Amino acid sequence: MKREVPIIITLVTGVFCLIGFFVPHPAVRTFYDSIQQWVIVIVGATYVLGVANVLRVNVQQVSQRTHDWPFKVVLLVGLFATMIVGFAEGTHYLDDSSKFSWIYRTVYTSMAATMFALLAFFIASAAFRAFRIRSFEALLLAIAAFVLMIGRVPIGNAIHPAIPAAADWLMEIPQNAAKRGILIGAALGVMATGIRIILGIEKTYGGGEGGG
Amino acid sequence: MFAPVATVEGGVQRYVDEGGRLQNGTVYEYQLVAQPAEPALDSDVSGPVIPSPDWIDATKINVFVVTAVFFVVLFFHINEAHRGKRWTFRKIPGLAAIEEAIGRATEMGKGILYIPGVQDIDDIQTIASMILLANVARTAAKYETRLSVPTNSPAVFTVAEEVVKSAYQDVGRADAYQSDQVRYVTSEQFAYVAAVNGMMLRERPAANLLLGAFFAESLLLAETGHSIGAIQIAGTANVHQMPFFVVACDYTLIGEEYYAASALLSNDPLLLGSLKAADTVKILLITVLVVGCILITAGHPVLYEWFSTQ
Repeated sequence: MKREVPIIITLVTGVFCLIGFFVPHPAVRTFYDSIQQWVIVIVGATYVLGVANVLRVNVQQVSQRTHDWPFKVVLLVGLFATMIVGFAEGTHYLDDSSKFSWIYRTVYTSMAATMFALLAFFIASAAFRAFRIRSFEALLLAIAAFVLMIGRVPIGNAIHPAIPAAADWLMEIPQNAAKRGILIGAALGVMATGIRIILGIEKTYGGGEGGG
Repeated sequence: MFAPVATVEGGVQRYVDEGGRLQNGTVYEYQLVAQPAEPALDSDVSGPVIPSPDWIDATKINVFVVTAVFFVVLFFHINEAHRGKRWTFRKIPGLAAIEEAIGRATEMGKGILYIPGVQDIDDIQTIASMILLANVARTAAKYETRLSVPTNSPAVFTVAEEVVKSAYQDVGRADAYQSDQVRYVTSEQFAYVAAVNGMMLRERPAANLLLGAFFAESLLLAETGHSIGAIQIAGTANVHQMPFFVVACDYTLIGEEYYAASALLSNDPLLLGSLKAADTVKILLITVLVVGCILITAGHPVLYEWFSTQ
């Protein structure tokens, strides 16, 4: 029963949502919209489990003095400090002038921006590897990338107006053709996976041996 | 009592009131009034008409037809599978590499890091990732190799935990499952990247599996994984992230390969039947695309217009 019940719920809600996508009639749409609301409520409830897991894992590591345990203390202090400030500010916690927003803007956003900024260096190192010409395909890739990079900056046009035009052509024709081919394949994959799950052919996600 | 609905230019032959102000079951009448006022040019009052909700959204008929065709083809192939028909599919190197990566981790005495993307459980890529996770967890449990699954959504965490726990039970190693193997880290994108990169650098897993929906964090994760020398297998349907994975990972499951992976790994005839159905529909769509291109080139955009979504 532990595995059958989720499959039955998936089947019923999946088929109903599929019908709800095509039927705008209030008799269907009202319940369809309710299901969307249920999803939000259920996902919201899982945050309790998520925070409980964060606490359990990190408190355990602090108490066992595992490697780098002081960082876990920082995490726990940050978690509780933000929660206490947020709860203390009640419904105004998202106001621009709230302390909660201040914490988010000055502490989190700047750290997130730092992480994102690292991408520039990672792109450089990845590009260095990608453009090593070891095969004919790699040569084509390097030429296309060179034309595209030169064509996207003013110097490209200064060298020859055909370079930006070639860059545009590369983006609009070969790039788009390949991308749309991948997208069509992926969209069919989405349909196949969705139908497999809705019909209960694919049951692995709920635990259990294999599919079928 | 009349209220203005819209102003249309002279010469317009047809106007449909699709305004959201219309209420089902209410009686409406319409009249065309000339501007500037010229009563002699005003139309007769039309109607009365009563709006009623549609049972079928006419703007989605094309999607409905393709979905219906897909269902028919799917049931046909599933029926064929029931009758014992088997198909062969091309080998996907990335899939074979998953077991190889787990084996390598086992030999090295190191762990496996499974990253299920950064989308919530309502994203089909994350669901597909959970299916793959079940396969990976079973193999890892069989080899007694530690599997770590940091998640960035509590909903994904609860599902992943259940999937991994069940996988360990399936292979008779329920006792080997540790409660901190699957953990919720944070829902913030770059905080998640920082945490996962930290795990990579501290724990130095032998294999990184990045399977799910990824965005700006894809290269941050994959390059860090590359820097620690882990064998990396990525899979995503996010087209803009594929080049990053292709560059930084050893194997990449691209688009449909990613969705096909679970069926190919399971080798279950019904699942393989659904793959065959997707391939058949793809051939049909390619045919329609070619015919559509020929028609539109010849000045008949009938297929192009029919397939346009609103």
